[in-house]
Amino acid sequence: MSIAPSALPISMRRIEKRFGSVSVLRDLNLDVEAGEFLTLLGPSGSGKTTLLMILAGFVRADGGSIRVGDDEIITTPPHRRNIGMVFQNYALFPHMNVFHNIAFPLKQRGVAATETAERVEKALELVKLKGLGERRVDQLSGGQRQRVALARAIVFEPRIVLMDEPLSALDKGLREHMQIELRALHRRLGMTTVYVTHDQREAITMSDRIAVMNAGRIEQLDKPETLYAAPKTQFVAGFIGESNFIPVECRNGSVWYEDRRIQTAGAAPAPGQHLMVVRPEKLRLVTAAEPSSGINVLDATVGDIIYQGDSFVCYAVLRDGRQLTLRDYCRSDVLARLPAPGQPIRLGLDAQDTILVAAER
Amino acid sequence: MSAPSALLREPAGAGRDLNAQALRADARRESLRLLALLSPSLFLVFAIIIVPIGWLFWLSLFDEAGAFSTSNYARFFEQASYIKTFVTTFKVAFIVTGACVLLGYPLAYMLSQLPRRAASICLIFVILPFWTSVLVRTYAWLVILQRKGLINSWLIDLGVISQPLSLANNLSGVVIGMTHILLPFLVLPLYASMKTIDTDCLRAGMNLGAGPVATFRQIFFPLSLPGLASGVVIVFVLCLGFFVTPALMGGGKVIMWAMRMEQTTSLYSNWGAGAALGVVLLVVTLALLGLFQWLLGARATGVWSSR
Repeated sequence: MSIAPSALPISMRRIEKRFGSVSVLRDLNLDVEAGEFLTLLGPSGSGKTTLLMILAGFVRADGGSIRVGDDEIITTPPHRRNIGMVFQNYALFPHMNVFHNIAFPLKQRGVAATETAERVEKALELVKLKGLGERRVDQLSGGQRQRVALARAIVFEPRIVLMDEPLSALDKGLREHMQIELRALHRRLGMTTVYVTHDQREAITMSDRIAVMNAGRIEQLDKPETLYAAPKTQFVAGFIGESNFIPVECRNGSVWYEDRRIQTAGAAPAPGQHLMVVRPEKLRLVTAAEPSSGINVLDATVGDIIYQGDSFVCYAVLRDGRQLTLRDYCRSDVLARLPAPGQPIRLGLDAQDTILVAAER
Repeated sequence: MSAPSALLREPAGAGRDLNAQALRADARRESLRLLALLSPSLFLVFAIIIVPIGWLFWLSLFDEAGAFSTSNYARFFEQASYIKTFVTTFKVAFIVTGACVLLGYPLAYMLSQLPRRAASICLIFVILPFWTSVLVRTYAWLVILQRKGLINSWLIDLGVISQPLSLANNLSGVVIGMTHILLPFLVLPLYASMKTIDTDCLRAGMNLGAGPVATFRQIFFPLSLPGLASGVVIVFVLCLGFFVTPALMGGGKVIMWAMRMEQTTSLYSNWGAGAALGVVLLVVTLALLGLFQWLLGARATGVWSSR
């Protein structure tokens, strides 16, 4: 079973949605490439689920266009969209067994009984549930239900697969396992996939690209590594990974934190106020003797040190009272150099790891 | 409660099941305590259900002269009027249940699809008649349906009919009155079960290619069946023992089982015959409930899970 040849790109233009006077999606534009695994990531209320519902046809947009391949589908009823969907609570039909659940979309399409049996069998094999066709839905574990929902969403070889936080009901271990499995299944079948989650780790693990959504808009659409290394806004920097923000000022073509010049890898930003994004794992201890070229050194005082097994977290307080977090692995050389709480500490941040974003008001 | 210390053994004891005897004794004591706690309700069940039904059954075995006989039961097969009453009772129960399903299913469906606020307002209108006496409502129907009642005078005034329709004092009057009174008993459990149907299941159905009609037929309707079944059982069983409405609306032409009982006991003071009528109604009702349960069970485990 290969879905790749039928994978189609999606092009969304100027999507608008209001619930009463509340604007949920504002002039939203998004392109999903054929065969791509794209994740809509954002906090609750950011509009990601609404966008997915509009794509599936369960919610009517107030304006805009959705093209799948060359077809405009914005007014197509959901049952004619030929889009597979995995629901958050799986939405399996409780009155049908596993076989009938997966055969349901084929039955609606008038597929003959023998072919149906064959295709359901293949789908079951694909999601590693071979031989469970006769089981009742209530006899399945959470992970198995998830797999049935997945098999049902891909058995009819849809043009697009949508997933609405499909792993949120599973426990941590199973969730991480399913992330890898879903990723592998996507690589194998190559269907265009739009995935919704609020879990940034999950998004980074699985996606080709991530659209970070905030208040009905896409803040940034990029590859996971780009999003992490070069967030464009404070929101993205704060939502993906851990960040400390330090206010800096740009004047005369250079960047200043208080009286200290900050070295950055890229070109100097526009004059005015900015925020320096400091990732806890990019900070390191620097000795007084170390040369400071290519490194931004920040002087602070050790507040608290928290031991977390493989790593430790050190909360340091800058002179202006701002808190910085340093995270490193518990290697003996690092631990030996770590000052005690209350002692001064020098924290270094490489110029190439120094990220500046516009300050939000 | 402390266990008898003589039974307790030290952990170092040689046996395989440490303290097995003491634990068994503890389990026995717990069962006894539970039984003691249950005894008031067991007594109530015995005093107000077992005893009266037993007495009813006992009474039905004596004829008018007080001699032990099965004549009260033999009468059902010998006298055509009993068989006729029996048939009428079931006919009315079937028609009324059918009418309740036809009216109640769309009503419950609409209620289940309304927004929460609108649904609770509409539900009040379903429940409101509950707060009015059955007698009052039956007389109201009589006023509406009788020969010179509201409906007939309107239809004649409008020129739709020239002769009044006979809507009351016959089977149709009984059916209309009983359907009105029993409808909430079907709508409420059905509505409750429809509300538990996951909207995402319906969305999934549409997403997978089933249009609105197919989604209703293949997903919503089967999932609403348990609620429909409990509503049907309640209405049907209530129909079998219904008295006031058929007595008033039937005009003496529709004799149902409960009316027969009333006649037998208060008019003829034949308690044995009346008791036999009660026993037969009880047995038939229980048999029907059993049959229903069996049919539903077969459906739940058989038809839907097989290919």
